[in-house]
Amino acid sequence: MASKPRMKLDKKEAKKGEIVEVKALVSHIMESGQRKDSKGNVIPRKILNKFTCTVNGKLVFSADFQPAVSANPYIQFKFKAVESGPVVLTWIDDDGSKIVGEDKITVI
Amino acid sequence: MTVNFNRRQVLATSIGAVAAASLIGSIGPAAANDSADLIKAFTGGKEAASGKVKIDMPEIAENGNTVPMTISVDSPMTEQAYVADVLVVADGNPRGGVVTFHFTPMSGVAEANTRIRLAKSQKIIAVAKMNDGSFHTASKDVKVTIGGCGG
Repeated sequence: MASKPRMKLDKKEAKKGEIVEVKALVSHIMESGQRKDSKGNVIPRKILNKFTCTVNGKLVFSADFQPAVSANPYIQFKFKAVESGPVVLTWIDDDGSKIVGEDKITVI
Repeated sequence: MTVNFNRRQVLATSIGAVAAASLIGSIGPAAANDSADLIKAFTGGKEAASGKVKIDMPEIAENGNTVPMTISVDSPMTEQAYVADVLVVADGNPRGGVVTFHFTPMSGVAEANTRIRLAKSQKIIAVAKMNDGSFHTASKDVKVTIGGCGG
């Protein structure tokens, strides 16, 4: 399931203090743990439960997902451009595996 | 063909699960899930003032499996005054918790968007925790018409 996430910054270069918008989509079943299979057994929960975004190594935004977040979770948020550096998005699965996406922002 | 069959099977079970979830919800009392407890745990029993928080969602969601939701909080987002956390709960889902956003002064704007699951028509409640320890809240009723056939 560790597919590559799709992510997009609304600008590659930003002036200092300018707001940058991030949109990201990742493929994941987000199995809620509420559903049953054809034999009536509960399908165990398997979701991405944590999302973080760091810019140049500093945490700017994070979120805790519950099973009520849709399959193939989409997330959109903003951050203030202060310094140039990598923009790293990380999703953490219930099983401990990680999905990582990376882009970069240049402050001019 | 096998792919199609699998997809159909998955679809059928997921529709069944949604139907079952809404059935349980309609039998139980109004606030059947843990959403009120989650809010209490988040605020530590403090009263949350209304205002400042905005929930932007469609009033009628055709598909309860993915309902777009934007949460924004009115705040200058500086080191001195910013929104720390926003808890979002839904009072009609099998479980109340939906998502918790954690902002920082580096966020610049306290706004985030994601897509959520809603088992039936219900109320969405967002509670924002400011860095000074105060709380603000907002709620929104969303009608869910699974399969687009009214209800």
